[in-house]
Amino acid sequence: MQLLQALVDGLLIGGVYGVVSIGLSLVFGVMNIVNFAHAAFLMLGMFVAWFAWAFLGLDPLLGAFLSFVLVFAFGCAVQQVLVRPILAAPQVAQIFLTVGLLIVLENAALMAFGADFRSVQTPYQTSAFRLGGIIVSKPYLYAFAMALLSGAAVWAFLERTAVGRAMRATAQDPMAATLMGIDTQRMHRLAFGVGVGLTAFGGAVILPYLTVSPTVGSHYVVLMFTAVVLGGLGSVAGAVVGGIAVGVIQSVSALVFPIQLQNLVLFVVFILVLALRPDGIVRRRGA
Amino acid sequence: MTALLEVARLSARYGRGAPVLHEVALELGQGEFVTVIGANTAGKSTLLRAISGVGPAVEGSIRFDGRELTAVAPHARPKLGIAHVPEGRHVFPEMSVEENLAIGAHARGGAPGGGAAARLEAIFELFPRLRERRRQFGGTLSGGEQQMLAIGRGLMLEPRLLILDEPSLGLAPMIVEELHDRLVEIHRRGVAILLVEQNVSLALSVASRGYVLQSGSIVLEGPAGELLRDDRVREAYLGI
Repeated sequence: MQLLQALVDGLLIGGVYGVVSIGLSLVFGVMNIVNFAHAAFLMLGMFVAWFAWAFLGLDPLLGAFLSFVLVFAFGCAVQQVLVRPILAAPQVAQIFLTVGLLIVLENAALMAFGADFRSVQTPYQTSAFRLGGIIVSKPYLYAFAMALLSGAAVWAFLERTAVGRAMRATAQDPMAATLMGIDTQRMHRLAFGVGVGLTAFGGAVILPYLTVSPTVGSHYVVLMFTAVVLGGLGSVAGAVVGGIAVGVIQSVSALVFPIQLQNLVLFVVFILVLALRPDGIVRRRGA
Repeated sequence: MTALLEVARLSARYGRGAPVLHEVALELGQGEFVTVIGANTAGKSTLLRAISGVGPAVEGSIRFDGRELTAVAPHARPKLGIAHVPEGRHVFPEMSVEENLAIGAHARGGAPGGGAAARLEAIFELFPRLRERRRQFGGTLSGGEQQMLAIGRGLMLEPRLLILDEPSLGLAPMIVEELHDRLVEIHRRGVAILLVEQNVSLALSVASRGYVLQSGSIVLEGPAGELLRDDRVREAYLGI
């Protein structure tokens, strides 16, 4: 029963890990950039949702949409102004840029909002559903459901719309995409915007059970990279599978080992997967 | 005949290296079938890439339908009626045949409505294999099928000029013949074709005019039949 409980908790938390990691995978798939600043956009999304709650009284589950829109727009601008010029540069320039962006965003948030940990109050914060002996925390469940819905929306956008198809074409063969009349730079802007917007959305929906501070991203960044590499870098479905794997491994290993060691088990599994299936759990398909 | 494509004094270089194209001049009339032949490093692909805008920076002028192309963004050129089928086919490997073709319809700006459906049907008639394979991923097709897909995808743009770079490269002789029949058919439907092809005798047998490109310069031009009989061409490219 304890194991089942750990599985449920791991699934609910891991689903969110997965969805906030999709953008990392998407941006890598479409423009071959590893965005080390990705987790900082999660932090921005959490702050937007926190302010929307504090000043507009908006539940973070709804504020998440505002987070998506604002961070999407910001992401498009970042792509256009900062990332585009270094796309053709050596990879080390990309690393400097995105790591630099991470530092700038974190410190800007520190300056603007202070180092306090902020949280929200919601009516469902401490309540839970009971199914047999299993406790399903409401904030976990709602965050999981919202995250999966947003992930599914992005998937449908990529697979079912003409613009999404153009984005996948850009990921698979940028030259051929240009020859087919696709504005690849516009696709890059959209991909970056959607990628970071989605992680901001994910950040907002976990606010009911977490606190936000300028450095909250650093807690997530390693988990995100583990999730996308586990699932197969560049794959949307892989990011979700990888995220769930991360959540479940963390929560199940906490049954056996002290909580401080939960990431140790995670990284042992990670190294094993890299050694045995270097392309990730899910075979790469599309963006 | 008014020119559909007019290339004048076109020069191109990669970085600071020697020019790959040097003051190239080339003309192609409405609905004309023209081939450019030359050795492997003569600059044929660079010439085609300059026209569609995916090559290196160029100097000189490329006019399409009276409009200066060098001022048009590469992704906007297909909308003017230029379809470039690149060397190596470049189909989208992880998209179905249908999706590959739909990309062309999207670029044309039209929602996949009547026009696109009719074009798709015409392409399936031209290449029945594509209809059979339409749910299969581009990357799983044979070389010949990929070439048909690449050409079909280009035709979805409803081009007035179809640019083909080495369509027969690496294909079995039977497929090559079939492919060239199709090109003749496409040309008969009114599409102008600019063909670069290492199979020189085949290229000169389907095109009406030809240019010989050597080390980045046009050294010879004329009706295809004359080039076929030209001693220099026979010696250098036909091995006779």
